[in-house]
Amino acid sequence: MSIRDQVHHYISETFLFGDGGKLKDDDSLSSSGFVDSTGVIELVAFLEQTFDLRIEDDEIIPENLDSVQRISTFVEARQKGLEVPKLNVTFM
Amino acid sequence: MKGSDVQGTPREQFDAAREVERLSGWIRASVQQSLKKRGVVIGLSGGIDSAVVAALSVKALGAGRVVALGLPERDSSPQSLVLARELAERLGIEFGVEDITAGLEGMGAYRRRDEAVRRLFPDYEPGMPFKITLQSTPLADNRLNVFSLTLIRAGGEEESKRLGPQEYSQIVAASNMKQRLRMTMLYYHAERRNYAMAGTGNKNEHEMGFFVKHGDGGADLMPIIHLFKTQIYMLAHALEIPAAIIERAPTTDTYPAEVTQEEFFFRIPFGVMDAIWQESENGATPEELAVRFALAPEQVERVVADIRSKKNGTAFLRMPALRFDSLAHEAAAAGSEELGRSGRTA
Repeated sequence: MSIRDQVHHYISETFLFGDGGKLKDDDSLSSSGFVDSTGVIELVAFLEQTFDLRIEDDEIIPENLDSVQRISTFVEARQKGLEVPKLNVTFM
Repeated sequence: MKGSDVQGTPREQFDAAREVERLSGWIRASVQQSLKKRGVVIGLSGGIDSAVVAALSVKALGAGRVVALGLPERDSSPQSLVLARELAERLGIEFGVEDITAGLEGMGAYRRRDEAVRRLFPDYEPGMPFKITLQSTPLADNRLNVFSLTLIRAGGEEESKRLGPQEYSQIVAASNMKQRLRMTMLYYHAERRNYAMAGTGNKNEHEMGFFVKHGDGGADLMPIIHLFKTQIYMLAHALEIPAAIIERAPTTDTYPAEVTQEEFFFRIPFGVMDAIWQESENGATPEELAVRFALAPEQVERVVADIRSKKNGTAFLRMPALRFDSLAHEAAAAGSEELGRSGRTA
C-alpha cells in the first residue's frame, strides 16, 4: 500500500468507522470535526509506529498533519531525509 | 506580552452588583420551586468559582440552608482546604471535610494512573511530583494541541516527555475518578438533607470542555456556568470574597505537582481570552480585535481557532445521554419544515 493509502485507511478506520468515501485527500482534518482532541496524538503515534519515524514536537503542526495529502507529503519527506516544515515561532 | 495587559469588554459592560441580585433570585427560585429542595450543598475547592457560588447561595437562601464540603485527597494542595474553611467561617455556613483518598485507593485510581506514568518514565515512584501541561501556545505559535508529562525528580530536576495516546488517556481517565468521587460524596450529603447540589463550573471551562462529565460537570444547578472567568472575578469583588482566594492562580489541583489552569489547558491569560472570545461571538473580525488588543491578526485568529477547536473536540462532554427518539423528533421536524416550505400543511 502506498503511504497515501495507508494514511487514508487509518483515518477512515479510526475516525470514520470505515466510511472512507467521505474523506478527500485535501480535506482539513481539524475543520472537518472528524478528529477530536486526542486524535492528533493518536495520529502521531500511528505514523511513528507504521513508518518507523520519530516525530519531533516542533513538527506537530497543521502544515504537516492537517490532511491526508499533507501527512503523506510529510512522511515521504521524512523518509527521504528532506527538510520538513517546523514550528513557526513568530511572537515571543 | 502586551495582550496580557488587556482590559476587555466583559469587564467594561458587566454590572456585577446587578448580576449578584439576579443570580441570587434565580438560585432561590430554582432550589425552592424547580428542584423543590430545602437548601444547597457545595464543594469548596478554595478557588474563586466555588467561593462565588457559595456566597451567592448564602445571599439567596440564608447561611442556614447552605452546607459546604472540602473534599481533599492525597495530591491536593493543603492551601485548598485552609482557604475553603476560612471562607465557610466568613460566610457563617456549616463546613465538613471528606477526604476521598481511601475511596480513590480502593478504586485503583492512583495505581492505574501511576502505571501509565511509569510506562513513560520507568524510574517513576509514587510520591514523585509530576504534572501534565499542554504544549500549545496560540499567542506564540501554531503548534497543535499535544500534552506533555513533566516529572520532577529529587533535587528539583525536571524532565518532560510528550504523552502518547494510551498513556494520556489512562492518566486522564484515572485522574477523572477524583472529580467523579467528589460528585458522589456531595450527592450523599445533599440527598441526606434533601438539599440540591450546586455546581461551580464557569463558561470557559464548560464550553471548552475543561471539566469531567458526571464529575464536576454533574450537579442540580449551575449558577455561574454562563459567565466568563473575568466576570466571575468581578462578582467576587462585589461579594467581598477574601483576597487570598481572589489572588490565587486558578489551579487544577489534580496532579501531584502544582499546575495552573493556564499551563494545563487554557494557554492564554483569561483577560485576553475572554475579551477576544466575547468580541468574536459578537461578530468582530480578527483584524478589528488585533487593533483593539495590540496583537497581530494571526495571533487573534489562532486564539479564536483554538477556542473553536476545543469546543468542537469536546462537544460530547456537553451532550446529555443520547436517545433514539430524539432522532425521530428531528426527522419529523425536518419533514414538517419541508412541508411548510412547499406551502402545504401536515
